Amino acid sequence: MKEILKTHDTFPKLLVRNAETFGDRKVAMREKEFGIWQEYSWKEYHDHVKYFSLGMVSLGLAAGDHSDASFVLAEDQEQVDKILDMKEQLPKVRYIIYSDPRGMRGYKQPFLLDFKEVENFGRELEQRDPGLFEKNVARTNYEDLAFICYTSGTTGFPKGAMLAFRNFLSMAANLMEVDNKFGKDEFVSFLPLAWIGEQMMCLSSALLTGFTVNFPEKPETVQENIREIGPSIMFSPPRIWENMTSTVQVKVMDASALKRRMYNWALPVGYAYSDAVFRKEAIPPLLRLKQKLAYALVFRALKDRLGLLRIRSASTGGAALGPDVFKFFNAMGVNLKQIYGQTEISGISCIHREGDINFDSVGKPIPETEIRLSDSGEILSRSPSVFLGYYKNPEETEKTLSDGWLHSGDAGYFTKDGHLVVIDRVKDVMHLNDGTRFSPQFIENKLKFSPYIKECVCLGNQRDFIASMICIDYPNVGKWAESRRLSYTTYTDLAAKPEVLELLAKEVEKVNATLPETTRVRKFVPLYKELDADDDELTRTRKVRRAFVGERYKHVIEGMYAGEEAIPIDATIKYQDGKTSRLRTTLTVRNL
Amino acid sequence: MPLLRIDDIHLSFGGVKAINGVSINVERGSIHAIIGPNGAGKTSIFNCISSVYKPQRGAVYFEDRKLTGMKPDHVTHLGIARTFQNIALFHHMTVLDNLMLGRHQFLKRGILAGGIFLGPARTEEIENRKMVEDIIDFLEIENIRKKPVGTLAYGLRKRVELGRALALKPKLLLLDEPMAGMNLEEKEDMARFILDINEEWGVTILLIEHDLGVVMDISHRVSVLDFGVKISEGEPAEVANDPRVIKAYIGEEDDFLREMEAR
Repeated sequence: MKEILKTHDTFPKLLVRNAETFGDRKVAMREKEFGIWQEYSWKEYHDHVKYFSLGMVSLGLAAGDHSDASFVLAEDQEQVDKILDMKEQLPKVRYIIYSDPRGMRGYKQPFLLDFKEVENFGRELEQRDPGLFEKNVARTNYEDLAFICYTSGTTGFPKGAMLAFRNFLSMAANLMEVDNKFGKDEFVSFLPLAWIGEQMMCLSSALLTGFTVNFPEKPETVQENIREIGPSIMFSPPRIWENMTSTVQVKVMDASALKRRMYNWALPVGYAYSDAVFRKEAIPPLLRLKQKLAYALVFRALKDRLGLLRIRSASTGGAALGPDVFKFFNAMGVNLKQIYGQTEISGISCIHREGDINFDSVGKPIPETEIRLSDSGEILSRSPSVFLGYYKNPEETEKTLSDGWLHSGDAGYFTKDGHLVVIDRVKDVMHLNDGTRFSPQFIENKLKFSPYIKECVCLGNQRDFIASMICIDYPNVGKWAESRRLSYTTYTDLAAKPEVLELLAKEVEKVNATLPETTRVRKFVPLYKELDADDDELTRTRKVRRAFVGERYKHVIEGMYAGEEAIPIDATIKYQDGKTSRLRTTLTVRNL
Repeated sequence: MPLLRIDDIHLSFGGVKAINGVSINVERGSIHAIIGPNGAGKTSIFNCISSVYKPQRGAVYFEDRKLTGMKPDHVTHLGIARTFQNIALFHHMTVLDNLMLGRHQFLKRGILAGGIFLGPARTEEIENRKMVEDIIDFLEIENIRKKPVGTLAYGLRKRVELGRALALKPKLLLLDEPMAGMNLEEKEDMARFILDINEEWGVTILLIEHDLGVVMDISHRVSVLDFGVKISEGEPAEVANDPRVIKAYIGEEDDFLREMEAR
């Protein structure tokens, strides 16, 4: 891969190369629409980029224009509305370009343009100035700023990380040396494109190797569409893997007695087998045989249902994945690997190697990447993929890049065999009053393995014990309630049922049994609503924003620590369309 | 010339006079609402339009062709589609099949050609599927395309029924209480779809609806019925202030009155 980079060292150059090499013979992207996977060849991909970029040039886009954006691309009416709502705060925006004209008939503003219109401007410019696109492509450099990628804002307001072509492409090439990707690979992209993980797959990796990127029809059809494509590579944050696990668990509960028994026999076999592989032990012949049988009877079908039958390389990153989920996938033969990285290093810096998976660690650094620990245990890294700095934020840049190393803000350590283990965010590691250190995320991940718990937040910093706020998994708990003829109306109502409280208590106790005495959850309360990214409680990649949640549910938390049995709630709920409604209920605290 | 002309129709069942001389003109390209208390004869008018009932006197004309006396399936051929108050779908068939069924009357190939699925039959099927997929995209029901209708929530079924009516590519769409039993969010979605169908696809819409907020917001013209007689007609604002309308509703539906006053 690095050979290619010598001659084609930017995204545009790689795109032109791929269009020349593959032309119309190879599919670059697919998007499901009208029930059919609509295909775009590398040639078509190239032509769209060509005419759209020229169109923007004809509208006045110049090299070096970036944030403080003058052009905004919006998918549809809904997105356009969001920008129009804040147009007054965006005096520099000159054009808003949308790709789906539906519902736009009533909009007459001259600065709104259809994507196709802009492409036509591009064609006109091509007539007037032939060869301009090729000239523009040739002008791009390896060191040029490619992209300003906003950090997800888990720990504060999002910051714009400036990444050069060098950052993206060296990361992709180095990663491929240890986790190879090929032109015939299939990838399904279903997460926000603003996330570094999607950028690194859909742009740097796809352009470098020429694999096919598939876009699902609707957010609701993702699972179905993954199954239709049968991707060979997959990269998702923990949430997705957790969802798949709980889907399987729930479906098994609904399955016939025979199927349930087969599953309950096969799963421990898979666990035993993958444990042996993880420990790099010789596998006893009997276990090997059992595993083959379990695969033929259960795991193969399960993988097929989840659309993972053709997976060659699956990885998870963005946050820690609970070891149980990890084992679950490896048990059924999906070689799920943990990666570690951050936006500021163009995505990935560590990954598990094939056959060297240890589910507590995040693997080893990829080539050309140095990782060391600071005196306080913070993970520091250095590589050609480390970003240029934050956009218009020299102060933060200075802090993050001091003495030439990228400061991650994560606490970690190395194991004897050179694996990096990430404990938690340095500032998220908490201390109880008696000095016990614990990672809330670690406990939360264990709790979230329960199919009935969708999200939870553990508390206890400078307190006497650990308490937790739990969001039930609405569909799964709903199903559980229905099977017990328990009637309920809304999420709030269901979460407040005494039976549900007991169900959750059992789940928490199961987890407590696996935790050291000092870091067990002593109290919990089921919340009256799901944590939501729209309420700023989660990031768009669904990580809990602790500070925000701590502030918002302050009186719930104080109530629990003050020893209250019931906490009254009088909250205002805001809907997406801006309407609000008032909600009054009482939360019951459960002691363990 | 109005698209649909209801000309002084009278309909009675035995001694009950369901419709007693009603005339309504529905203009091309408009959204026209019929409101009125229960038993005012609203659904009977729909049944007269689709020629399920034959009025004893008077007639209904569509593009100046007399519908009264025609077979109901001929009426659909002319370009009139409808949805029902109680959803009329095939519960064990998938959403897709229900919509494809909406295209059934346009299929010209016979059982044999269709069964072999070759040549023109195939082309025809693909064309119709394309049309149906357009509707699926429009109504945003991609995720339930392959689900049996019987497993869907009520609000979604209503949406599928609307899709089935749209599959007929109608010029006039009759909607019988499209929002009954829906929650606020579903109602807003449905109102959006009705407006889009009217404005983007240019379909004329005649609807019966009890949610007066919706009726007043989206209709261009409103006719009010009471005991089989049209007591008022006009733009929403005019109708709302008509003393006869208010009087017809007093004592029966206070909500109506309050809502009218609030406006």
